[in-house]
Amino acid sequence: MAIPISYSLRNLWARKLTTALTAGGMALVVFVFATVLMLEQGLRQTLVSTGAYDNALVIRRAAGTEVQSAVDRTQAAVLESRPEVALGPDGVPLVSKEVVVLISLGKKGSGKPSNVVIRGVGDAGLTLRPQVKIVEGRTFRPGSSEIIVGRSIEERFSGVALGERLRFGMREWTIVGLFDGGRSGFDSEIWGDADQMIQAFRRSMFSSVLVRLNDASAFDSFTAALTDDQRLTLEAKRETVFYAEQSETLARFIRILGLTLSIIFSIGAVIGAMITMYASVANRTAEIGTLRALGFRRGSILLAFLFESLLLGVIGGAIGVAGASTMQLITISTVNWQSFAELAFSFDLTPGIVFAAMTFAVGMGFLGGVLPAAQASRMAIVDALRAA
Amino acid sequence: MTDVIVRIRGLAKSYRRGGQSVPVLEDLDLDIRSGDFLALMGPSGSGKSTLLNLIAGIDKPDRGTLEVEGVDITRLGESDLARWRASHVGFIFQFYNLLPVLTALENVELPLVLTSLGRRERRERAELALSMVGLSDRVKHYPSELSGGQQQRVAIARAIITDPTLLVADEPTGDLDRVSAGEILDLIGRLNSELGKTIIMVTHDQRAAERAHSIVNLEKGALVRAT
Ligand SMILES: Nc1ncnc2c1ncn2[C@@H]1O[C@H](COP(=O)(O)OP(=O)(O)OP(=O)(O)O)[C@@H](O)[C@H]1O
Ligand SMILES: [Mg+2]
Repeated sequence: MAIPISYSLRNLWARKLTTALTAGGMALVVFVFATVLMLEQGLRQTLVSTGAYDNALVIRRAAGTEVQSAVDRTQAAVLESRPEVALGPDGVPLVSKEVVVLISLGKKGSGKPSNVVIRGVGDAGLTLRPQVKIVEGRTFRPGSSEIIVGRSIEERFSGVALGERLRFGMREWTIVGLFDGGRSGFDSEIWGDADQMIQAFRRSMFSSVLVRLNDASAFDSFTAALTDDQRLTLEAKRETVFYAEQSETLARFIRILGLTLSIIFSIGAVIGAMITMYASVANRTAEIGTLRALGFRRGSILLAFLFESLLLGVIGGAIGVAGASTMQLITISTVNWQSFAELAFSFDLTPGIVFAAMTFAVGMGFLGGVLPAAQASRMAIVDALRAA
Repeated sequence: MTDVIVRIRGLAKSYRRGGQSVPVLEDLDLDIRSGDFLALMGPSGSGKSTLLNLIAGIDKPDRGTLEVEGVDITRLGESDLARWRASHVGFIFQFYNLLPVLTALENVELPLVLTSLGRRERRERAELALSMVGLSDRVKHYPSELSGGQQQRVAIARAIITDPTLLVADEPTGDLDRVSAGEILDLIGRLNSELGKTIIMVTHDQRAAERAHSIVNLEKGALVRAT
């Protein structure tokens, strides 16, 4: 028979300060743990939503990123004529031949320069990316020195606003529109006409070609065709996969760093919980003797103390997760090492992360409580009673 | 045999201290009759508490038998012994040993958690037990809000709640002033006379011992005189 749960609860309540401090220590660890997972999730979310599943992105084989890639006009023309490529209502293939360049812009406030992606897109560029929506102004006119900028570029860089001019590629460009990339990586890009960009940056080749497939299952025959054609030293990736891979290194780094920190901190929190629970056992030795004398078993004592420690974990976990959830309001930016461009993303709290964080917290409670609880349950009744 | 409720034969107990075995009880025989009110006296360190703990089944002897209602409790395993204590023994301690986080009512109710009784019935019984010790108006009080005498009365209510065969009390008035001690002894006396409980009480207090029907004196681990 178990000792009533209220006994454990009230003992935690009876020593409010100790409980608060111990749970607070755990909450900090859980906060770090959850925040890191949220960061990783936010990054993946941003980059994954950058792509569409029935789009294929073609770059030079083994180029890894669009910036490092080159696709010449002949190759681009071959791609355009593939039967797997979907046609628009006007019978024109849904293809965007793009050029991607990095330029440096000064950040708001500090004025520190940071890399920004300039993307020259073809006529179908916006059609292929339905998540990108003009929120202010209008889109650029093909053949002009007009550009549109992503929401988070406008927020983070100085001199970027509707109607302003930017100098790059030895030209002045007029910002005629702001777009919202639907929390994708495009939010951190500046778009203009691909042919104009090629001229301005004195390129002879495109960086990548984005195509809409007839349907998502046409991808396999499309890649097969690319591999078979000796003229084409290109590879195609699903757009979603391409951007997910882009986030891999950074996501893994964040995860490993965060988990390492969490584990180191958690050792402190577990020791804290252990000290609290040992003190609690020591203070209640006579109580333990009394409970045993009344007929409660060793197992019941063990459970009562273990439960108390698990509860500490639950309280700490709940506070930590609550704290972490406020981080969702914050957007941060960092350099994505694979594309070398600044990327803005937010913390993303998912049910899976809440579950992982709570499991982590309860795990700390368990580790902190198991030895003290075992000690409490091992005492001989008469010895425990003599402690009165 | 019929009215002997506790039958002790050849009971021995020693404690280890610094690698040496210190005998506390040696070859002790004792019979306690059902309905008896027995006072266990003797100098400090003579083994009174040790004997009481053995009878109450919270300690194990080295040798000897200890039958309660014909059951040799020295042969019971730990878990059977715990079950036996829960249904056969009521404890009254010198320092009351109430759980500070539970109210008077919850403290009294606690031993019933180990029974199959439902919550409602447990509450009702606990309220009845508290009214028997005159604390109906202190049901919701925590131990820290009660006087020593009141706490001991709560402890007594807890001890009788399961209607046990034996009540064991180790210096139940040792921590109380004269007046409260008198009240507690009255109460224990009534449990014996009105409810017919068999009571074994360790005490230093001659006045407390006078309330008992019989007195057993322990000296250096042996019975010196039984009245
Ligand atoms: N757990 C123990 N470990 C070692 N020695 C013990 C233990 N319990 C009791 N003793 C020793 O056994 C002897 C008898 O102890 P016990 O507590 O039974 O005496 P007592 O008659 O109740 O004394 P008092 O009147 O002071 O309560 C003492 O010498 C004591 O030191
Ligand atoms: Mg004693």
